[in-house]
Order: sequence, then structure tokens, then C-alpha cells
Amino acid sequence: MSGFSSLRVLAVLAKEFKQLTRDRLTYAMILAMPVVQLLLFGYAINSEPRHLPTALLVQEDSVFARSLISGLRNSAFFDLDRQVRSPAELDDLLRRGDTQFAITIPGDFTRRVVRGDHAQILVEADATDPSATGGAVAALQALSNQALARDLQGSVAQPSKAAPPFEVVVHSRYNPEAVTAYNIVPGLLGVILSMTLVMMTSLSVTRETERGTMESLLATPVQPIEVMVGKLAPYVLVGLIQTALILLLAGTLFHVPLGGGWAGLSLGVALFIVGSLALGFLISTVARSQLQAMQMSIFYILPSILLSGFMFPFRGMPEWAQTLGQIIPVTHFLRVVRGALLKGQSLEDMWRELAALAAFVCVVSALAMLRYRRTLD
Amino acid sequence: MTLAIDVSGLNKSFGARRVVQDVTIQVEEGRICGFLGPNGSGKTTTLRMLCGLLTPDSGAGTCLGFDILKQADQIKRRTGYMTQKFSLYEDLTLAENLQFTARVHGLDRREARVADALERLGLSGRRDQLAGTLSGGWKQRLALAAATLHEPRLLLLDEPTAGVDPKARRSFWDEIHALSAQGLTVLVSTHYMDEAERCHEIAYISYGKLIARGTADEVIAEAMLTTFHGEGPGIDRLAAEIAALPGVETAAPFGAALHVSGPDRAALEQALAPYRRAPFHWSETPPNLEDVFIHLMAGAEDNFQ
Repeated sequence: MSGFSSLRVLAVLAKEFKQLTRDRLTYAMILAMPVVQLLLFGYAINSEPRHLPTALLVQEDSVFARSLISGLRNSAFFDLDRQVRSPAELDDLLRRGDTQFAITIPGDFTRRVVRGDHAQILVEADATDPSATGGAVAALQALSNQALARDLQGSVAQPSKAAPPFEVVVHSRYNPEAVTAYNIVPGLLGVILSMTLVMMTSLSVTRETERGTMESLLATPVQPIEVMVGKLAPYVLVGLIQTALILLLAGTLFHVPLGGGWAGLSLGVALFIVGSLALGFLISTVARSQLQAMQMSIFYILPSILLSGFMFPFRGMPEWAQTLGQIIPVTHFLRVVRGALLKGQSLEDMWRELAALAAFVCVVSALAMLRYRRTLD
Repeated sequence: MTLAIDVSGLNKSFGARRVVQDVTIQVEEGRICGFLGPNGSGKTTTLRMLCGLLTPDSGAGTCLGFDILKQADQIKRRTGYMTQKFSLYEDLTLAENLQFTARVHGLDRREARVADALERLGLSGRRDQLAGTLSGGWKQRLALAAATLHEPRLLLLDEPTAGVDPKARRSFWDEIHALSAQGLTVLVSTHYMDEAERCHEIAYISYGKLIARGTADEVIAEAMLTTFHGEGPGIDRLAAEIAALPGVETAAPFGAALHVSGPDRAALEQALAPYRRAPFHWSETPPNLEDVFIHLMAGAEDNFQ
């Protein structure tokens, strides 16, 4: 008996198929993965976002200003959802990340347009995510040619068609040169921490169950909270070392501005590490094998990359996908990291994101404690 | 007389399968009780219920005076449990495994206890070896050392010597008897008849029901079994033929000889009559534990179906 036997191949093949179907969850994952992910990401991801939140500061009430505003409204790129009264307010909104654009129509706008005297509007864009703003800025330039066309007839008609009636001055804030690395590198911190921490801890309890050591452990007086804290503490250190390493490389190799916001950043990192570990622990109490734990981790990590605003602009996603993204801790962590490093946000600026992370930690830890079985029932 | 284990009416089902049915066990303090029964008869499940790893569906009782339903933590603190499968950390060294156990139980003088345990095992020289690299027999002895490190008063052993060679089994049992002499109560499940005979008393469980209890001699006597020992050339080849006769419950070859047993003496004698001829020679022999257990198994099956 040597050479190639198709019967022997069939034997192995049939066995392999049978084993595959015995593991129901693996089977379900094979079918669910492509369907869920295709529907989710296919509809959610949009690399050229529209309807971006825009704050408006109008310093004169005039026909031209109103025309300009309705022009902005019609462009589909801007959602003029905030009207403010002072430049300081605009600044706050941008720094906190509440708005993507801040548009100022100055008080002498009409006068300068009519005179043909270098009329300008100021558009400040939050460029911490440069890809989110590109399309909108291009649309603004086109707008300057058309927005006032109807008003500029008769006596105020422009003599020459060559020059647009006003100029759009764009300030890309926080990342003026639109360096992609400034956006990606801080984001990577969240993704890398998720990948290593969730995966490593998701294997921790499952491994004990699979190897049979769980039975001995349960037969000792050790309490669930003691197991959880003991198992997770070493990984907190792993997470902190990774964070330090990534920040060091971000600064030295990619020259990412480390703009401050250290208080918020530290708190955010701590919450995010603990949250990721608790989630991994929760997964490991649900999964019945290490393979299942790995699959579940990946099921969590993919949306963390794709729906969190790490790879594609968060505001480019449809409403439902943004809601979904809000549940993912990476979303909030990214805002904390980018906000701290690029904008130098203070604790007050990022309290909502920190609160979201804290809520995640509490809910997931509680679930993990409830799921952890003290018996083999 | 104090009972270390005193439970009654234990029941446990997994889905529709009743794994343990109305099991009642009492073990006196300081005794070694052998827990016997075929595979899948509910031995492991019963042991797990005794040490709080499983919650019984119904039933009640105490281990070391503590309620098995409400005081699992107290029981765990005073009980050593050794699982069927090696359940120490293979990627930790011998010393590290024992240190872990010592810490989990919150013991004092940990270093000394670990060193003592390794010394007793004769493994002091290999304290820094990974537990996964030990042979089967040594793994079991290490697991026993870990299970007794916190000086428990009750030891639950689940087939501790499965797959272990006779010499290692012998030293394992010497250790158990030494522990018992110090007052430890031991409940040990096993498939080996020689081990059953080394226990002070045995409990036989089949299909989830406890069907025999007592010392080995009592169990044998209560079975009321008649056994004939047959010798002669080729007699072992007649096993299947004889076993099929009415009145014969089992016919098992022992080397060149044959053990034929049945509950009814007259029926058995009648069945064997045609074979009472040269070159075969028959003599009555007291049944051994194995004969009795095979008899008990057959009976339990009947009741169950």
C-alpha cells in the first residue's frame, strides 16, 4: 500500500467535514461572517462622507449671507446644525470635536462682495481626520462661484466672470498639512491594544477549561473576582508597555505631535485597557474552546477597525452604523487619543468619551462576573 | 463514630439523562472507601457533587459536617480533590504548581510545605522540571501532593491510577494508606479490583444507582453468587458456549482456567453437568470481587431497562 489512494483522501476529507459540522458555532461563523460583515460594512462604510456637522457664525444679516447659507445647505456636504455667536464658541466646538467644520461669514461680507474687495468666508475644518474633510473642501470652492450668482445681477453684477465674488479661506486645524499618519498612528494605539488584550484574555479561561485545570481551580476556595483580577492584572502591564512603546514610536518615527492632554489620555488608556480585558474575560466565559474564543475576538475586532472611525471617517457612516459604532469602546478611545495628542484636549473636553469608556468597563465586568461559573453545571 | 460523608437521595440529570439516582453514601472518618462502577455510572458526577463542583438536582447531606448545598466554600477549604484528567499546569514547574496551590489555599509556611511535599515525593531534585514532562505515574503522585498540600480532612480521588503502572500504583496506594492512618477520610473511584480490595469498604454504583455497600467480604457474601472453577485443556475456549447456557450468568477465562458464576446454585450445576467429564476438572471456589461486580452489573442493567 503506497502511492496515492483516493479512498484514503476521501477518508480524511469525510472525517474533516464531519468534525466541521459537529462544531456548531464554527459552522455558524463560517456562514454568518461573510453575510453579517458584508451587510454591515458594505452599507456602513463611506470613504467620502457627506452631511458633516457644521457650525456657523454669521456676523451679518444680509441677502448674500442667506444665499450663501442656503447654498451650503444644498451642497449635501454640510449639516448646518449649530449657530453660534462668537469665535470662541466656534473654537470650543472644534476642539471638543462636536463639529467637523466651523464657517464664519464676516460682518463686512456684503460690502466687500459688492465692492469686489476680496470678500472672504473662513472655513475651519477639524483635520484630525483629513479624509473626512477633503470632499467638502473641494465642494466649497465650487460653491463660491455659484452661491451668489442669482443675487449678483443688475446693479451689483460683477464686471468680470473670471474671479469668483468671494474667496473661501480654509484652515485645516490640528493637522494643517493633512498628514495621514497623524490620524492613523494614534488610532493604531486603540486597534493594537484591542487585538492583543482582547485576544489574550479571551483565551485565558477557555484554556483552563480545555486543559482540564479549571476543575482543580474550581475545587479550591478561590472566588470569581479573585480569578478575574488575578488573571487580568498581568495584561494591564502588557497594555501599558504597548501604549508607551506606540507613543514613543509615534513621536520619534512619525513625528505625531504629542500635544498634551495627558490627564485625559492616561485615564482613557487605563479605562480602555481594563475594558478590553474585561471583554476578553467575558468572551472566555462564553466560548467553549480556544478556537471559539479566537473567532469571537475577531468578530469584535473587525468592527472595531471598520466602524470606529479608525479606517473610515466616523461621520461618513449612516446613522444606524454610527449608533452601532458608539457601542464599540475603540470609537471613544480613538477620540480620546486623537483629542489628547492632536488637540491637547482637557479632561472636561473629553468627559463624554471617558464616561462612555467607564460605562463599558462596568457593564462588561458585571456581565463577566455573572457569566463566570463557580460550578461545572 | 463520626461520618465524614453523609449524603442521601442525591440526584443529578444532564438534559434528559439521569446520571445519578438517589445515591446515598456514608463514609466514616478515617476510612478509605472505594467507589466502584462501570464507565458512565455516575461516579465522577457524585464526587463532583460532594465537593461543590456540581449542584445536585435534589438530595441533601453533609461533608465534614458542612451542608453540601449551602457550605460548598467550607467544604472546599477542607477537601482535596484530584481529577481524573491531570489538572495541574503542565507549563509550570513542579515547585511552581505546588506554590500556586499553597497560595490559593492561603497557607502559611508555603516554602517549607512545598519543599516537604517534594521531599516526600522524592522529587526534590526535579523541582524545576515542567510538570508536563513527568511520566503518568509521577504526574498522579504530584497531583496527590497538590491535593493534600492544605492538609484536608477529606480526599476525593477520581480514578487516580488510571493508566499507571503497577509499581507506581503500589506506591500511590501506600501513600493513601499513610494519609488515612493520620485520620484522613478518602473516597476513591477505581476500576481495579486489587485496589478495591485495598479499601476499608466499597460502594458499588451502576447506572446512577448505589447497588452494593460494605467491606469487600460483605459485598461478596451479600451477592449470594456461586462460582465454579474449571480446568482442563481447551476449557477457556468454551467460555462463550457455557455463558449462553441458562443458569449461567458469566463465564470468564482466567488464563487456562474458566470461572463460571450464577446466582442460582441448582441451575448452575445443571448447566455445567454436561461438562463434568474428562479432561475437565471442576471445583467450587469463593467468588472474587470481579465475579461479583460483573454479576452486579448484569443485574443493574436488568433493573434499568
